[in-house]
Amino acid sequence: MDYFDIFISILGSAVRLSIPLLFTALAGLFSERAGIFDIGLEGKMLASAFAAACVAYWTGNAWFGLLGGIGVSIAFSFVHGFASITNRGNQIVSGVALNFVAAGLTIVLGQAWFRQGGRTGQVPPEGRFSSIVLPGADMMRDVPIIGPLYANVISGNNILTYIAFLMVPISWWVLYRTRFGLRLRAVGENPGAVDTAGISVAWMRYRSLIVAGFLCGFAGTYLSIAQSAAFINNMSAGKGYIALAALIFAKWKPVPVMLACLLFGFLDAFANFMQGKSLPLIGEVPVQIFQALPYILTCVLLAGFIGTARPPKAGGVPYTKER
Amino acid sequence: MSLDSPKEPAIELVGIDKKFGTVHANKNINLTVAKGSIHGIIGENGAGKSTLMSILYGFYHADHGEIRISGKPVTIRDSQAAIAAGIGMVHQHFMLVENFTVLENVMLGAEGGQLLAKGVASARKELKRLEDDYGLEVDPDAVIEELPVGSQQRVEILKALYRGADILILDEPTGVLTPPEADHLFKVLRVLRDQGKTIILITHKLREIMAITDTVSVMRRGEMVATRKTAETTVEELAELMVGRRVLLRVEKGAANPGAVLMSVRNLTVKDSRGVTMVDDVSFDVRAGEIVGIAGVAGNGQSELLEAIAGIRKPSSGEILIHGKSVAGVDPAGLRDLGLAHIPEDRHHMGLVLKFEEYENSVLGYHRDAKYGRGPLLDLEAMRKDAEEKIGKYDIRPPNPRLRTANFSGGNQQKIVVAREIERDPKMLIIGQPTRGVDIGAIEFIHKRIIEMRDAGKAVLLVSVELDEIRSLSDRILVMFAGKIVGEKSGEAGEQTLGLMMAGIAA
Repeated sequence: MDYFDIFISILGSAVRLSIPLLFTALAGLFSERAGIFDIGLEGKMLASAFAAACVAYWTGNAWFGLLGGIGVSIAFSFVHGFASITNRGNQIVSGVALNFVAAGLTIVLGQAWFRQGGRTGQVPPEGRFSSIVLPGADMMRDVPIIGPLYANVISGNNILTYIAFLMVPISWWVLYRTRFGLRLRAVGENPGAVDTAGISVAWMRYRSLIVAGFLCGFAGTYLSIAQSAAFINNMSAGKGYIALAALIFAKWKPVPVMLACLLFGFLDAFANFMQGKSLPLIGEVPVQIFQALPYILTCVLLAGFIGTARPPKAGGVPYTKER
Repeated sequence: MSLDSPKEPAIELVGIDKKFGTVHANKNINLTVAKGSIHGIIGENGAGKSTLMSILYGFYHADHGEIRISGKPVTIRDSQAAIAAGIGMVHQHFMLVENFTVLENVMLGAEGGQLLAKGVASARKELKRLEDDYGLEVDPDAVIEELPVGSQQRVEILKALYRGADILILDEPTGVLTPPEADHLFKVLRVLRDQGKTIILITHKLREIMAITDTVSVMRRGEMVATRKTAETTVEELAELMVGRRVLLRVEKGAANPGAVLMSVRNLTVKDSRGVTMVDDVSFDVRAGEIVGIAGVAGNGQSELLEAIAGIRKPSSGEILIHGKSVAGVDPAGLRDLGLAHIPEDRHHMGLVLKFEEYENSVLGYHRDAKYGRGPLLDLEAMRKDAEEKIGKYDIRPPNPRLRTANFSGGNQQKIVVAREIERDPKMLIIGQPTRGVDIGAIEFIHKRIIEMRDAGKAVLLVSVELDEIRSLSDRILVMFAGKIVGEKSGEAGEQTLGLMMAGIAA
């Protein structure tokens, strides 16, 4: 394999690895821009992965699986909202609690229903989202540079991948071009301004969490029935946190979120590729370095080395009407 | 309480009553405001002004009573209903989204459809019209956080007018404004009144009431105690009605008797966190037994100067001398040991920990003193006893050292800070905004304490954006403009002279 082929194969894998990050980071974008910190993204992703796998296994229909994933994810969102919006609890505590609930519940239910040590049963092919070969992919394959890029990176992904990238401009449009988006961004900066304008702060924030749950449901579904064919214990494996890091890295803006997710996906793919390989002069590079890079980059950013990250001003603060 | 008025009433409040638990915030309030007039509501902090206005704006519901707008009874369930009834409110703390543009802020809640594009065009046109009609010029595409405070307030007024408000409530509108900005605001309010809008101005500043209102009502402890035509009342009468007793509005003080120089500032330059030079080559002395006042419009470097002297902000050049010795690198605790006490500008941000109980705040910063400690442990009993003494001496209410500091009123919180710093008997006292957000009774008290400090031979450096306060307390006045001291005047200097210097026009 020459270097270009290697590059193309890493790139293809980077795209695939960045999809759950992208859905989740966009989910976080909606809730955090509305002023609700969502550390529970990890748990939502895990729970929806489990739900999608179960429903797909039972019905043999991938779309029903997706609906199941989205439903459970939104249900988690409501719990988060009830704790942190209605009862003004601490958003971090509520999110962490949801992560634990998801980690425990998926194993317990999985064991009870499938008796495979927390795994769900193998989802049949029609219950999964399989790759789509875009028209002309085979024909293009031999065209230099563009050919392999089209055939191996752009084509050959499943439908959720294309939906993920479609969600980026849609999110941008919703946030910056609609009334809902204007109010959502306002409620994350100064809920008082929204309240005095006669708009319900709580309902705005609930709606943002519903959107977040919706998007996160795609991420979980992607993990269990697009990327794999079953749910496996803790299959989100910290991706929710990396997505949060990507969100911060992208300074809470939709297009940068996509770029950050692609970058983090690329680092992940590169880490996989480097496994067991040694570089000239340096020798074998520990894979952990690449896995840690997203967090290191985010810390560097937060420390102010790459511009300043300005989080939504009212983020994490429950809204109380003042006298 | 209604006055005979030839004009029909815009608002009538009849028997409004509101309780929060055991606190009777509004007791059977009756109020009539004539259409096309500016009506002032004055009262000390906690007198119930804000509660009454919050009821009018739908933030709270009255337990009893009726609201009539233009003669018709209305129920105001929430802010949306208030807006629909033609009531607009300009809050004391602006309800603006700081990283939004003016246009976005004005549109928020009145976007005119699911998509923004259509509304933007009509909002732009409407803003232009409001600007022309009322002289409210603001660039619609400017981002709020980049605008000066005066313009931000104009955006708040525009927001209300954009929603079709005929009745405008302004809550302490000049608290954050510089004198020229306040003048501009008054000009705008007069234009609005002349075009038929009704304006309710809530304030505790008597001068503003006299300057701008047509009629005025006074509130005290939840009751509406009087309503007067402004032209037929005096500052003294209003002050007495507000407090319930005669108040000394002017500070009585004898001639100063300055002694040795205790504190000197030499060629001091201070930069803020963005690296902008805020204090630029400033030098002055403060002697024992004198009050040196620093006058200036907020943001001209006074805050940074205070922080540098208090040891909180590191100067980039120049030095500060105490008893003739440089204190470079001495931390705030070290400065306290040298006899420097600091009453910071913002009691919430720097002066107090609001979640602490009163007695904890009353020793904070001096908690290492031998009398409060036993080895590494704090002597809570001694702290509480000490706090009780201060509470008695400074008439801090309620007199409970175990109460959370957040539950005291602004004036009493400030007294906690003042008591803490003065009672340790410092040699030098630096004070920022001693009476910001403090009611008249407490202002009188704090001013007396400051004069007593001077008469006891302490060196006092006073920073305040209230020119009246500077003039009535200071023996010497230094005027700061754009980080420099542009001139020195005696304490008797006229308001006009100082005002021009503060604006950087005359030296």
